[in-house]
Amino acid sequence: MKSLQLKDKIFKWLLLLCAFFVILTVAGMCVTLPLYSLPVLKHMGWKFVFSTTWDPVKNRFGIIPFLAGTIISSFMALLISLPFSISVALLTGEYLKKGKIAMFFKYMTDLTAGIPSVIYGFWALFVLVPFVQRLEMRFNIIPYGVGLFTASIVLSVMIIPYTASIAREVISLVPDDLREAGYSLGATRWEVIRHIVLPYARSGIFAGILLALGRAIGETMAVTMVIGNRDQLPKSIFEPANTMASAIANQFTEATSDIYLSALIGLGFVLFLVTVLINIAGRYMIKRLEIKR
Amino acid sequence: MKRIIGMCIGLCLFLYLGFCSAANLTLLGAGATFPYPLYDKWFHVYEKISKIKINYQPIGSGGGIRQLINRVVDFGGTDAFMSNDELKKAPAEILHFPTCLGAVVITYNLPGRPELRFTSKLIADIFLGKIKKWNDKRIKEINPDVSLPDMNIVVVHRSDGSGTTFIFSDYLSKTSYEWKERVGAGKSLKWPTGIGGKGNAGVAGLIRQIPGSIGYVELIYAEQNRMPVALIKNKSGHFIKPTLKSVSMAANIDIPSDTRVSITNTDAGYGYPISSFTWIIFYKEQAYGGRSKKRAEALAKLFWWMIHEGQKYNERFSYGRLPGVAVKRAEAIIKKMTYNGKPVLR
Repeated sequence: MKSLQLKDKIFKWLLLLCAFFVILTVAGMCVTLPLYSLPVLKHMGWKFVFSTTWDPVKNRFGIIPFLAGTIISSFMALLISLPFSISVALLTGEYLKKGKIAMFFKYMTDLTAGIPSVIYGFWALFVLVPFVQRLEMRFNIIPYGVGLFTASIVLSVMIIPYTASIAREVISLVPDDLREAGYSLGATRWEVIRHIVLPYARSGIFAGILLALGRAIGETMAVTMVIGNRDQLPKSIFEPANTMASAIANQFTEATSDIYLSALIGLGFVLFLVTVLINIAGRYMIKRLEIKR
Repeated sequence: MKRIIGMCIGLCLFLYLGFCSAANLTLLGAGATFPYPLYDKWFHVYEKISKIKINYQPIGSGGGIRQLINRVVDFGGTDAFMSNDELKKAPAEILHFPTCLGAVVITYNLPGRPELRFTSKLIADIFLGKIKKWNDKRIKEINPDVSLPDMNIVVVHRSDGSGTTFIFSDYLSKTSYEWKERVGAGKSLKWPTGIGGKGNAGVAGLIRQIPGSIGYVELIYAEQNRMPVALIKNKSGHFIKPTLKSVSMAANIDIPSDTRVSITNTDAGYGYPISSFTWIIFYKEQAYGGRSKKRAEALAKLFWWMIHEGQKYNERFSYGRLPGVAVKRAEAIIKKMTYNGKPVLR
């Protein structure tokens, strides 16, 4: 009996230890990122966050172009992906709950989440870029083909499964008695979805959206292949731009001077802060959207 | 139980194999990706001759310099020689010697793949965004026999920090005052115009995708992918096609004894003007961090082999051979290597 109790205790401590290490990693980031970005903050001051010039030759580092690129591309991707991900979620969570077609849709959406991002990048470069070029020529814009718009489309395709699979789960968790109550009052299927299912599931759907946004903000490889990597503030959505993650990945290996390296770490710190902020705002929204009983 | 015994045997085997490879001398190197195909061949051949294994990691010149300064590797490889500031950061004196030559070529996507000629002024104006159309009269002036289309010029540059960008911008900084003031020379730049692709492959991919684009890649990359390349007017007024011979010729100048020299915009009459050495860097004093004398000797012998016997592989792998002067200078530098103050090679 005693040895069983001891085993239980050891197990508990083991769990605690593992959990502690996860916390420790995050805490470590919270300390090292600002620490290593101190030199650039001293060198640039507030201009690091407010300047639009990024010039490694003259040691002038302002992150606005990357910050703007990250925010615009990921929110645009979210906007483009939403109608599709919600539709997929409703189809598999509400209309086709069982059967081969439902399974097919379910597997396919989950599969798209597992495709390595470099493959999305390649696909975009060889298929999407020529298509966007033709579009741009019709609008009389310089046909780069690459840029914010293309990057947002790739990102939106990549994040659909995240929102879709979470939304599907919460939609199928909506209690059937609520639905039946709706139907018994003479509501059509559309009305049940619109007034019962979606409001009930909205906080869960929002959690899915948040996850997708996080993925879009951090995505590097696929974005860097099609965004055009121009370190300047974009003037339109068809212009080339750059994101924080892509800039870090591109410039890190050859950043030999200390201040340059520090600027890139500072960029990473801001990226970290942006994700944290969006998550905090998201949690707040999820709480507010929850149905209170 | 059986499983545990099996695992133990496996682990022992693993450790034993690891021990075996550690017993044979393994030299560690890291740095430039640009000469990697050649280095890979060299080290492979050299391992067969001398039974000394060389592990070279192509992590980029910046990484190579950092790892040598931290004394993680025996030698580093770099496409841009270390600046005086960088040398000061090192705990001891670092020496450079060149191993081969490379070049940066101008390539483009135009209907009919015409062979174009450029001057340094033209290249600077295009990459500064001042010339926006292919049928601009400044381009026509130098290329009277080519029919140039009424197309927008799309500049494609490297998005990642790279020695290629350094060589290219170093050339433009030497030849164009405006470039020097507005952009300067570096591995990453504040580009006035255009879009960026990651690596030679990224730039080449974008150029292939966008009609009317122009960019710069390494000579080897352009040759392997059969991309059109431009002739460039050099200091002596000749339009030079980038070939292994014209690149090698560019180094036929007076080289300083520490070999840290930029040969872009070369004085050599028939040299291609956007050529450069790539270097190996190492510590002059090899007795540090408990390294054995045997290790230092192996390193010196490897270096010696690289600048002599190794050179015959250069052209087969599309790198320029070191000219005689450069080999002489490299010999002198390798002979400077010491172990506890005594020369390693005699």
